Amino acid sequence: MFKKLHDDGAERVTVTIDGREARVPAGETVAAAALIHGLQPFRTSAVSGAPRAPYCMMGVCFDCLVEIDGTPNRQACQVRVAEGMAIRRQDGAGETAP
Amino acid sequence: MRGADTLVIGGGLVGAAIAYGLARRGVSTILVDEGDMAFRASRGNFGLVWVQGKGDGMPGYAAWTRLSADLWPRFAEELGEETGIATVYDKPGGFYLCRSEAELAEQETRLQRIRAKNTAPGPDYEVLDHQALAERLPGLGRAVVGGTYCPHDGHCNPLFLLRALHVGHAALGGRYLPNRRVADILPEAGGFTVVTDGGKVQGDRVVLAAGLGSARLAPKLGLSVPVVPQRGQVLVTQRAEPRLAHPTVYVRQTGEGSFLLGDSHEDVGFDEGTTPEAMTFIARRALDFFPYLAELPVVRVWGALRVMTPDGFPVYDRSREHSGAFSAACHSGVTLAAAHAERLAGFVAEGALPAEFRGFSADRFDVQEAA
Amino acid sequence: MTARHELAVIGAGPAGLAAAATAAELGLKVALFDDQPAPGGQIYRGVERTPLADPAVLGDDYRRGADLAEAFRASGAAYHPSCGVWLLTPERELGLLDNGQARFVTAGRVIIAGGAMERPVPFPGWTLPGVMTAGAGQILLKSAGMVPGKGVVLAGTGPLLLLLAAQYLRAGVQIAALLDMTPPSNALRALPHLPAALSAFGTLAKGLALKREIHRAGVRVVKGVTSLRALGEARLEAVAYEAGGREQRLDSELLLVHFGVIPESNTTRSLGIRHLWDSRQLCWRPVADAWGNTGAEGFAVAGDGAGIGGALAAEYAGRLAALEAARALGRIDAAERDRSAAPVRAALAKERRVRPFLDVLFQPAPELISQLADDTVVCRCEEVTAGQIREAVGQGCTGPNQLKSFTRCGMGPCQGRQCGTTVSQLIGHTLGRPVEEIGAYRIRPPLKPIGLTQLAALDGEGEAAA
Ligand SMILES: Cc1cc2nc3c(=O)[nH]c(=O)nc-3n(C[C@H](O)[C@H](O)[C@H](O)COP(=O)(O)OP(=O)(O)OC[C@H]3O[C@@H](n4cnc5c(N)ncnc54)[C@H](O)[C@@H]3O)c2cc1C
Ligand SMILES: Cc1cc2nc3c(=O)[nH]c(=O)nc-3n(C[C@H](O)[C@H](O)[C@H](O)COP(=O)(O)OP(=O)(O)OC[C@H]3O[C@@H](n4cnc5c(N)ncnc54)[C@H](O)[C@@H]3O)c2cc1C
Ligand code: FES
Repeated sequence: MFKKLHDDGAERVTVTIDGREARVPAGETVAAAALIHGLQPFRTSAVSGAPRAPYCMMGVCFDCLVEIDGTPNRQACQVRVAEGMAIRRQDGAGETAP
Repeated sequence: MRGADTLVIGGGLVGAAIAYGLARRGVSTILVDEGDMAFRASRGNFGLVWVQGKGDGMPGYAAWTRLSADLWPRFAEELGEETGIATVYDKPGGFYLCRSEAELAEQETRLQRIRAKNTAPGPDYEVLDHQALAERLPGLGRAVVGGTYCPHDGHCNPLFLLRALHVGHAALGGRYLPNRRVADILPEAGGFTVVTDGGKVQGDRVVLAAGLGSARLAPKLGLSVPVVPQRGQVLVTQRAEPRLAHPTVYVRQTGEGSFLLGDSHEDVGFDEGTTPEAMTFIARRALDFFPYLAELPVVRVWGALRVMTPDGFPVYDRSREHSGAFSAACHSGVTLAAAHAERLAGFVAEGALPAEFRGFSADRFDVQEAA
Repeated sequence: MTARHELAVIGAGPAGLAAAATAAELGLKVALFDDQPAPGGQIYRGVERTPLADPAVLGDDYRRGADLAEAFRASGAAYHPSCGVWLLTPERELGLLDNGQARFVTAGRVIIAGGAMERPVPFPGWTLPGVMTAGAGQILLKSAGMVPGKGVVLAGTGPLLLLLAAQYLRAGVQIAALLDMTPPSNALRALPHLPAALSAFGTLAKGLALKREIHRAGVRVVKGVTSLRALGEARLEAVAYEAGGREQRLDSELLLVHFGVIPESNTTRSLGIRHLWDSRQLCWRPVADAWGNTGAEGFAVAGDGAGIGGALAAEYAGRLAALEAARALGRIDAAERDRSAAPVRAALAKERRVRPFLDVLFQPAPELISQLADDTVVCRCEEVTAGQIREAVGQGCTGPNQLKSFTRCGMGPCQGRQCGTTVSQLIGHTLGRPVEEIGAYRIRPPLKPIGLTQLAALDGEGEAAA
C-alpha cells in the first residue's frame, strides 16, 4: 500500500511484526512501520470481527490498535518503535494480563 | 393534551418499569420525562441485580429485593421477547470481596442479621476464604482475604434495560413525552393536571417517580419524598476477552467485555463531576481485587447521582389527601425493576398499596424525628 | 509534589508554539504539553527533523513552522513532548501522561491549543483497511517519508485534499484519480463572500496554484462525485461512485478521503464550556471572546480547536491569548496588552476574511449525512449504523446522550470523536430540528484512554489522592 520515498539513512532498530523481524527507522511510529511491512489488517473488531487498520494516523479513531510486547489495545499511530519490540495483530477485544 | 388513566412522572428506571407494568395490565399511561441532559441515575449506574447485604434493618426490604431477584429471569425473558432488546441479564451469583479480616467479619455479621429475619428458603450466602474464592474467581488478587457469595445475585446492562422498558411501554400503547419538565401538579376533582414546560397533561392517577426531582414535586400531592443526591463515580475499561464470570460489588465484566469498576459514595450535592482522587481510589481497589486488569485502558469515568432516602431504603407511598397519587423512589432501581413492573404496577392499577408496604411509607422519617 | 505553572499551554502546533513563546518572552513561567514527540502540530509536523530529502515537496508554508519552532525553543518556555493531557478540571489541574507516566500539574491559567481533526464522514466501506484519511496520508509523508505505492484514489473536498495531491505529485506519486465531491452549487453560494476574501489574495492564489499544479500533471479529476463506496472483503479492492449520472468503479488498494477539518472539541467540552454549532463550518466550536477566554475560569482557547481558521490565524490567536494571559497574571496592563495586540489582531482579521468564502466553497454536501444509508456504520468503535440511530430516535430518544445509552453509539475508545458530529446532525435531521438544539455528547475524562495501572500509580504522587 505504501512505500518509502527513499532511505533516509536514519538509525534503525529491530522489531518483530507478527513474528517476522524487521529493521525500521528509530523514532518512527509502530503504525508506519507495520504498514510498510504489510501488517494487514492491524486488528479485528471486538464487535463483529471486521478487519481494521489505521484510518486517521493522528490518534482519534482507534482503529490502529495492536498488541505491543504482549499488551493489547496499544495505539500504533501514537507509539514509537523501540529495539526488540514485538508488534502483533490484535484479534477482537484484547486478553487481560496473565 | 389528551389525558390517560395514569400519568407517570419520570422516565428513569423506576418510572419506566412502573409505566411498562401498568401498560401490560392494559392501563393507559403517559410517561412524562425531561430531556437529553437531565440527571439520571438510570444512565450512570453499575447494573447489579443485587440481593446480598440488602435490607439490614428493614426485613421488608430484604424480602422485596429477594422477590425482585426471583422475578428477574422471567421478567428479562419476556421483556426481551416483547421488545427484541436483550437486557444481557445473567444470574451466576455474586461476590462481595474483602481486603481485611475486619471487613469480612463485618460483612458476615451483616448477612447473618439479615438472614435471621429472612423467611425465604434455601442457602442465602456462603463465607469464603481467599483459597476458596480464588478457585471460583481465577486471577484473584492476594490482597483479598475472603468474601461472601450469594446465588441470587446477578447483573444486566442497565442501559438496555431502560431502553427495553421504554420500547415495551410504547409497544403496548403507552405514550412517552420527553422534553417535558414537570413544573407543577394540580390535584383536581377526580384527577390531576400535570403542568410541564411543554403543555399540560391530565390523568386520573399520577405516579411520582422522578428520582431526585420527586423531592420538590411530592408536597404538591400531599406526599413527602425526602431524597438527596449521593454521587457515585464509575470507571469503564475498553473491552477485553471474557475473564470474570461473576459480578462482584465493585468490579464486573459486562456482556460486551468491558470492565465496570465502581464506585464512590460522596455527598456533593447536584454535582455529577468526576475527581482524580476517586479515580485513583477506584483503580487501586480494582487492581487489588484483580491484578490482571493492570494493562486495561480506562475509556471513561463518570459521576452519577444516587437517589438516596435518609435510611437508604425505598419510599413507596400513596397520598392520604389525594388517593390517586403514588410515589416511588429507591436507590436500587435496577434490582427492583422486575418487582416494580410485575408487582408495584399492579398495586397502582388496583389503586392501593398492600398493608405490608406500610413500612415503606415516608411517614417513618417523621416517627424517627419525633422519637 | 504537584508542580505548579503560571501558564500551561496544551498543544505544540502554530497556536500553542506562538502562545508559549509570546508568554515566555513576557516573563511568564510557561509549560507546554504536547502528545507528539516533536513540535509542529498538524501542519508543521516533523518540521525540525523531516525525513524528506527534499522538504520542498511540502511547500513554502511548511518552512514558516521551522521559524516558529525555533522561536519557541529559544523563548525559555518549558517543553514537555510526548506528554498527553488526559484530564482537565475546573480547578485547572491537568492530568498528564508524560512519556507513559501519569502525573498532575496545576496552572494559574491554561491555553488550550489542541487543534483540529478531519471531519469524519461515514460512507459504505469506510472502515475497511486501505481506506484512510488524506491527513493520515500526509502524516505518513511528513513524519515517515512514506507515499502510496501505486494508484491511490483521493476523494472528498477541501483545500487539504488538493494540497496533498500536489505534495504527492511533487514526490512523484502516481494518483489514479481525484474524486471531487464538492457540490457544484457551492461555487455560486460562495460568490457573495468572494470580495471579502480577495483581501487575502495570497491564500486564494495559493489555492489556484494547487489546482493548476494538479491539472498540469494530468491527474484524472472527476467532478460532481456522489455515492462514494469502498468495496472489498478483507481490505479495499475497489472504489465505487457516481458521476454524471453513471456508476463508476476503480480498482485500488488505497483510498484517501477528506471532508475538511473541524475543531477537536472533546477537550474543551470536557470542561463544560458552552459550544455553538457553526452552520457554515458544520461543526461545534467553543464559545470564546476575542482573547480566547472561555466560560471556564482561567481557560482560553486558541487555534483551530477554537474554530477553523488555518495555520496563520492559529498563530495569531495564540499570541493574543498569551497577551491576555500576561495581563491576567499581572505582567502587563490592559493598555500594553491592547497595544501589542493591535497589529496581531489586524493580521488575524485579514486572515479570517477569506474563511467564509472557503467554508462555503468546500462545504460538504448535506446529503452525505442526511441520506446516509441505513446499513452504513456511523460509530466505528461500537459498529452502530445510521439505521439503528434512526430507529432509536423513533423510539423517543431525544439527543446524543440518550442515544449513547440506548445503542452504545459513542461509547468506544475514540470517545465519540468519530461519530459525534454525525450523530448530532443525523438526530437533528431525523427530528427536523436544528443541530444546536440537539446538542452533543457529554464528554467525560479521560480525554484519551489511560491504563488502570497508571491511574492507580497516581496515588504515590501525593496531592493526587489527598
Ligand atoms: C453510581 C451508581 C451506581 C448504582 N448501581 C446500582 C446497581 O448496581 N444496582 C441497582 O439496582 N441500582 C444501582 N444504582 C441506583 C439506580 O441507578 C437508581 O436506583 C435508579 O436509577 C433510580 O431510578 P429513578 O428512575 O428513580 O431515577 P433517575 O434515573 O434519576 O430518573 C429520574 C427521571 O425523572 C426525570 N425527572 C426528574 N424531575 C422531573 C420533572 N420535574 N419532570 C419530569 N421528569 C423529571 C429525570 O429526567 C429522569 O429521567 C446506582 C446508582 C448510581 C448513581
Ligand atoms: C491531519 C491534519 C493535517 C493537516 N495538514 C495541514 C497542512 O498541511 N496545511 C495546512 O495549512 N493545514 C493543515 N491542517 C489544518 C491545521 O488544523 C492547521 O493548519 C493548524 O495546524 C492548526 O494549528 P493549531 O495550533 O490550532 O493545531 P495543531 O497544529 O493541530 O496542533 C495541536 C497540537 O496539540 C496536540 N494535542 C491535542 N490534544 C492534546 C492533548 N490532550 N494533550 C497533549 N497534546 C494535545 C496535538 O497532538 C498537536 O500536536 C491539517 C489538519 C489536520 C487535522
Ligand atoms: S490510526 Fe487513528 S488512532 Fe491510530
